Amino acid sequence: MIRSLLIGLSLFAMLMPWQARAELVIEITGGSEAALPIAVVPFGYEGFAASEDISAIVRNDLERSGRFAPLPQQDLISTPHEKSEINFKDWRLLRSEGLLVGKVSSVDGQTYQVQFQLFDVYKAQQLVGKRYQVPASGLRRVAHQIADQVYQALTGEQGVFSTRLAFVSVLKNADGSRRYALQISDSDGANPRTVLQSKQPILSPNWSPEGERLSYVSFENGKAEIFIQEMRSGKRTALATFKGLNSAPSWSPDGRKLAMTLSKGGNPEIYVMDIATKALTRVTHSSQSIDTEAVWMPNGHELVFTSDRGGRPQIYKVPATGGRAERLTFEGRYNASPDISADGRYLTMMHALKGKFYIAVQDLETGAVNVLTERGKDESPSFAPNGRLILYATEQNGKGILAAVSVDGNFHQRLGETGIDVREPAWSPIRK
Amino acid sequence: MKLVKLSSIAFALVWLSGCNTLGLNGSDDGLMDGEGGVVVEDRGVSTDGIDGSGVNGTDIGDGAETQVIVGEGAYQGDSLDDPANALSNRVVYFEYDSSSVREQDYLTLEAHAAFLADNPSARVRLEGHTDQRGSREYNLALGERRALAIRQILMIQGASANQFQVTSFGEERPQNEGDGEENWQNNRRVELIYTGR
Repeated sequence: MIRSLLIGLSLFAMLMPWQARAELVIEITGGSEAALPIAVVPFGYEGFAASEDISAIVRNDLERSGRFAPLPQQDLISTPHEKSEINFKDWRLLRSEGLLVGKVSSVDGQTYQVQFQLFDVYKAQQLVGKRYQVPASGLRRVAHQIADQVYQALTGEQGVFSTRLAFVSVLKNADGSRRYALQISDSDGANPRTVLQSKQPILSPNWSPEGERLSYVSFENGKAEIFIQEMRSGKRTALATFKGLNSAPSWSPDGRKLAMTLSKGGNPEIYVMDIATKALTRVTHSSQSIDTEAVWMPNGHELVFTSDRGGRPQIYKVPATGGRAERLTFEGRYNASPDISADGRYLTMMHALKGKFYIAVQDLETGAVNVLTERGKDESPSFAPNGRLILYATEQNGKGILAAVSVDGNFHQRLGETGIDVREPAWSPIRK
Repeated sequence: MKLVKLSSIAFALVWLSGCNTLGLNGSDDGLMDGEGGVVVEDRGVSTDGIDGSGVNGTDIGDGAETQVIVGEGAYQGDSLDDPANALSNRVVYFEYDSSSVREQDYLTLEAHAAFLADNPSARVRLEGHTDQRGSREYNLALGERRALAIRQILMIQGASANQFQVTSFGEERPQNEGDGEENWQNNRRVELIYTGR
C-alpha cells in the first residue's frame, strides 16, 4: 500500500548555497486509505506569468495532510476555472465530492489577483470561495491559505498549511568542525530561512503561542543557555544563563512564562520563569533524579516532563506551581521527550523498545499506547497545531532527516533534506 | 569566514525580498513575514541588519575550541605532561544511562585528586558527554550528572570546589560517529580539561 510520490519543491533561487542545499523535499512513504478524493483543477493564468503554481501547492498540501487523495491530473475531465465552466453532471462521474477551481491574473507582474472556488459536486453548490490581491512574493502564502480553507470546509477542522516549522541544521565542514543553523520553513519545507547560525550546538527550539518568537538552547558561550528571539526583528535575549544547565525551554499557553530545566541548585529541576520579570518558581524538588523536558498542558496549569526518579526516564505530570508529580507512562523502560496535543488528549513521546527509539502516542483518557514509527532512531516528536500529524527527527543513510506521521500511525511522510543533517523539529502554532 | 559574512548579507536580502506586506483581502497582517537572522559570534552576538539597525561584527571564532590551556608549555616537566603518569589519562568512560564510575578508573581519579590537592591554583573543566541514543535534552542532563559524579569523587579525595567548572554537551559532541557499542562506549565519557595549573 506504499504510494511513493516525490514532490520536488523548487522555488526561490536561494542566494546562499547553504540555503539552496537546505531545501526540504517531501516524500509520502505510506498513504491512508481513509483519504478523501478531491479534484484540484489546475488554475487558469492570465496576463503576466506567476512564479508559483498555486493549484500544485494546494494539491500537495492537501495530499501531505494525509486526509485527502487528489485525483491524478490525467483523470480530470475538463479544466474549468469558474462556476460557469463547470458541468457538474460530468464531474459526478468521478468519485470526488470536492472540486476546486480558480484563476490567477496580473496586468503588471507585480500584483496578482487570485481567486478560488470549492464546490460540492453532488449539490452543485459552492462551499467556499474567495478572491485575493497579493504581490508576487505572497503567492505561495495565498496557496497555503486556500489549502487551509479547503481543508476546513471538507473536514470541519482547522488546516495547518499556513504554519511554519523550526528545526536545526548541522553542516559538517571538511576539517570536522560543525556549523549549526536554526532555521524556519513553511509547513511544506519550502522557503527555508536561517534565523541563527553558530559554531556551537543549538537545541530545543520552541515556538511562542502567537508564533512570532522562538526560545531555544544555544551553547555559544560554551554551555547550555536559554535565549528567546523575535522572528521579525531578529532581536534576541539571553533569558537563562545560570550556573549549570539552562535547557529545555517551553512557552506557556499565555505566552508570559517559560518552563525550563535549570541545574543551578546542583541538580536538574523544572522551573517556571516569568519572562517579563525573570522571577523563577521552582516546580520540582527531586534532588537526585534528572527532571527535564517540561511542556505545558493546554490548560496552562500543569506541566508534563521527563524524570528518572523511578530509575528510568518516564513521563510525569505536575502542577505548574509545584506539587505532587503523577506518573503518566508505564509501558516500556524509557519514555522521554514529551509533547501534548492542543486538545490535551494525546501525549507523544520517544519510546524505547529493545534498545531502539520510536515515536509513540498515548491516549491520556484511556491510557492506550500506540507505537507509530518503525525506523527505530526516531526522536523529538512535535504535534501539528491541529493534532493530526506528529513531526519528528529520524535518520536516513546516516543523516538526520525530519519525518511526520499521523496520530493513528497510518500516514507517513519524510521531509528529506539534501545533504545536511536536520533535527530538533518544532511545529509552529496557528498564527491568529 | 568569508562565507559567513556573505551569507549574512544574503540573508538580509532574502529577508528584504520577503517582508512586503501582502495586503490580502479579508485578512489582516498575519501574513507579514519578516524573520530576523542572527549570527552567533564566538563570545557575544551580532544581530544582522534586518531592520537596518543591526550590527555586523567580527568573524566567527572557534567557539569552545578556543579554550586555551593557560601557560601551556611553560611548566616543563610538570607531571601533567608526563605520558607515563596516570594524570595523562584525562577521559573517564561510563556504562549506558549510568553515571557510576567504574573501578578501573579509580587510580586515574586518585592521581587527579592528588594533583589538584597539591596544586590549589590548578583548574579543571569537567565536560560530560553521552552516546547518541535517547533524548537530547535528557542526555544533556545525564552528561552533567556524569561530570558531577567525577567532581564529587575528586572532592572527596581532597580537591576543592573552586577548582572545577562543570559543563555538559550531552550527545552533541561525540568522540566517534556512527552506531554500535564500540562507538557508543567512546562517547559516554567525562573529559578532564585542565584550564590552569
